Amino acid sequence: MFQVRIHGRGGQGVVTGAEMLSVAAFLEGKHAQAFPSFGSERMGAPVVSYCRIDDREIRLREPILVPDALIIQDPTLLNSVDVFQGLPDSGYILINSARGFAELGLGEYITRFQASRVCCIGATDMALRHVGRPVPNAALLGGFAAITGLIKLESVNEAILETFPGKVGAGNVAAAAAAFDAVKAH
Amino acid sequence: MLKQIEGSQAMAEAIGLCRPEVICAYPITPQTHIVEGLGAMVKDGRLKGCEYLNVESEFAALSVAIGSSAAGARTYTATASQGLLFMLEAVYNASGLGLPIVMTLGNRAIGAPINIWNDHSDAMAARDAGWIMLFAESNQEAVDLHIQAFRLAEELSVPVMVCVDGFILTHAVERLDIPSQEQVDAFLPPFEPVQVLDPADPISIGAMVGPEAFTEVRYLAHHKQMTALDRIPELAADFAAAFGREAGGLLKSYRLDDAETVVLAMGSVMGTIKDVIDDMRADGARIGGVSLCSFRPFPIGPVREALQNAKRVVVVEKDLAVGLGGVVAANVRMAMRVFDVPVCTVIAGLGGRSIPKTSLRRTFEAAARNELEGLHFLDLNWDVVNRELERAGEKRRSGPVAENILKDLGLIMHKVM
Repeated sequence: MFQVRIHGRGGQGVVTGAEMLSVAAFLEGKHAQAFPSFGSERMGAPVVSYCRIDDREIRLREPILVPDALIIQDPTLLNSVDVFQGLPDSGYILINSARGFAELGLGEYITRFQASRVCCIGATDMALRHVGRPVPNAALLGGFAAITGLIKLESVNEAILETFPGKVGAGNVAAAAAAFDAVKAH
Repeated sequence: MLKQIEGSQAMAEAIGLCRPEVICAYPITPQTHIVEGLGAMVKDGRLKGCEYLNVESEFAALSVAIGSSAAGARTYTATASQGLLFMLEAVYNASGLGLPIVMTLGNRAIGAPINIWNDHSDAMAARDAGWIMLFAESNQEAVDLHIQAFRLAEELSVPVMVCVDGFILTHAVERLDIPSQEQVDAFLPPFEPVQVLDPADPISIGAMVGPEAFTEVRYLAHHKQMTALDRIPELAADFAAAFGREAGGLLKSYRLDDAETVVLAMGSVMGTIKDVIDDMRADGARIGGVSLCSFRPFPIGPVREALQNAKRVVVVEKDLAVGLGGVVAANVRMAMRVFDVPVCTVIAGLGGRSIPKTSLRRTFEAAARNELEGLHFLDLNWDVVNRELERAGEKRRSGPVAENILKDLGLIMHKVM
């Protein structure tokens, strides 16, 4: 089982991000379970969502305490929420920031992880450029596909278009592709 | 058809496939997505021949449902938590009148303190109201139980409540198999009511009944639920034959062979418990589980049979009968009264507290060593409890408990500048 925890703020599509990730995994024939941390869905409030992916039925209903991967949609959370809780040294970290880990004050912390498994990308800028709104969730899923290799970018794209048909979907697909390329170039 | 879909939307689709003729509901978290989904299906024409009524309260919602069911329409509603309490008088009326309404309960805690998260307090508040109460272990079972619920309700002319864990199931997006209209039509015949309010053939429903006949009416309600003890497994078998998967039934056993410690629970926590059982089995522990689907009627015989070889029983339940302990455990003890086997209660998940595998395993291991107390509160923070008891002991005007504890935990601003 592969477990992903997404941290962000209300309004950034944190819950939708986990749901789209689960759809992408479903499209590849996997079992996936996406669920939000409930009750705090207010604009700007810290929000957590979860996605489990497995080859067999997922029965577990506890929140993800030991994630395999973290997606941090809002780097301002680093000062207020223990986003790294439970992440083992083998974990993946994807942070939405145009700045690097050193500038975020994580330069030393990040050394315990494999360099190929940690990455900062400016997903909000990509979303603004391609979608016109500062909602980085879809772009970060493109980045997730690149950094983990767990799901294909095509599956992410299909999940995005299923959730957002039309122009918004196309823009998000373009943002996901940009993020995918940015991580691969990293 | 396999879909990656939110539990609530999947339930809405399944309920739609049952061709309800009247849906009347009032929104309340966490059940809202189900009735929103059904509302959208009525509006865009996917669900034909169905009247969707908006009302001003839960009391009105079930009262309308009572009227439409008495007029012979297949009727559905949904609620949760305080909504169920607000309609409770109508809940008793629906069963007392023998009206086959199907209602989803998106299980949620009851205030005060106000809390929108999952536990089973709401269901327990209506446990003796005469409804059949079925608990879904997974979203797939939630989908499948609704289809069975309409057939069960209408065959016996009794209302059925399908209990699904709020948020944990209602808001989870998962891979679910949604049956086809043809499959559901073949399983669920059109509603043939035993009583109909019809102007062309007038009768009255709801007579005042005095001491001379009230006991008999009540006994017949009990008799009907005892009949359901036979029909529920038969319908589950019919369902399995028609749909190719197991769902429903009175209870389901899990790895009970040679199990000395048996864990019994209702609803979605059973999924986590099964994972814990697998982990402990892999390490040589003799442990198994029972997932109780039918809480009312309570299957005393099958529970006794499932637990007869256990050396100890642990009931994990998401409710608390304040001043007593666990409601489910009390029922299980009734089934186990002929055996000299300890039944421990573990109160867990109140107000949405997560139930981690590690906590469950620690508790089951203590039970296996016969070190678990009769009533155990999973992950209770004794420091917080003791500090509040200390505050209350220090002075008379110690203030409201909930606010004191939030302040203690630093969860709210003490003073707004």
